[in-house]
Amino acid sequence: MGLWQRFTLIFKSKASAALDRAEDPNQTLDYSYEQQLQQLQNVKRGIADVTTAKKRLELQYTSMQQQVDKLDGQARDALKANREDLAREALTRKAAVQAQLQDIMTQGQQLEAQQQKLIEGEKTLAAKVESFRTQKEVIKAQYSAAEAQVRISEAAGGIGEQMQDVGLAVERAKDKTQQMQARANAIDELTSAGALSDLTGSGDDIDRQLQQISQGSQVDDELAKMKAEIGQGEAPKQLEAEPEPAAEGEEKPA
Amino acid sequence: MIVRLLGEGQFRVDDAVIARLNELDAEIEQAVAAGDENALWSRLQELADAVRANGARLSDDELTPSDAVIPPEDLSLDEARELLSDGGFIPDPVAT
Repeated sequence: MGLWQRFTLIFKSKASAALDRAEDPNQTLDYSYEQQLQQLQNVKRGIADVTTAKKRLELQYTSMQQQVDKLDGQARDALKANREDLAREALTRKAAVQAQLQDIMTQGQQLEAQQQKLIEGEKTLAAKVESFRTQKEVIKAQYSAAEAQVRISEAAGGIGEQMQDVGLAVERAKDKTQQMQARANAIDELTSAGALSDLTGSGDDIDRQLQQISQGSQVDDELAKMKAEIGQGEAPKQLEAEPEPAAEGEEKPA
Repeated sequence: MIVRLLGEGQFRVDDAVIARLNELDAEIEQAVAAGDENALWSRLQELADAVRANGARLSDDELTPSDAVIPPEDLSLDEARELLSDGGFIPDPVAT
């Protein structure tokens, strides 16, 4: 037996397992209808969950995009500070994040397609449930118990399939969302841990090193400013006085 | 014969097409056995296209059970294997 045929068997046995037939056809009809309404609710909730998860992923995607921009900025800063090694590391990380982002985007497009299909599936199920509601009243009113049982089986079987179909679509979309979420989280962790490159052992993160450089130059600037201020005021006697351009010229420029 | 394309809907397909569908089905099984996901997807795609091209879509308010159900076109190898082992990836019916 081929895969498709096997699939058909399994699918249909699951669909019919969903139908709990009672002795009284009227009870079966009402019970089945309740189940359909419940499944319709489940599917609606499932679609809402997937939509929410997808939005969260989109936000995460944006923040990862910002990470790429940040790494780009860091590379520029590093180059300005004559730290080609740091710039190289930042660009390496940027490339790694970008590659993963591209992958997530492709998966996101597939998820989008699945989501569209399941919204369609939900509409179809709603139409079938409505049709079942009308038919069940006709069956109740017009058929003998034996005839009704046959018609109920057929109608419930048809709708049971649709219930399974959208149920499966929701499950798969949820799985896909979770997979993407896991990947996105992994990227986040990697970027925040600064471990995307091979330089994990080197200890210093680009950010920290750049900060040290910029802090270093800030300290230099401040020092220079302080020196200038002190020089203009009363020179401290005990401390070694720094040469000042505006001083009396006792010292010669080096 | 009525065929359901999962995630898409039901189609009334002429019996003459079934032989072709069975051929594709055999190829699908081979693709799964060979672990060739691209072949699996392209054969599933062909199978679905054959149903679409030769079938008439049932309206949404018809409550007819299908004679055959075709798995999603983007079925992964893992899902296919799960399916062949115990039908695992199809969710159980709604709990009541």
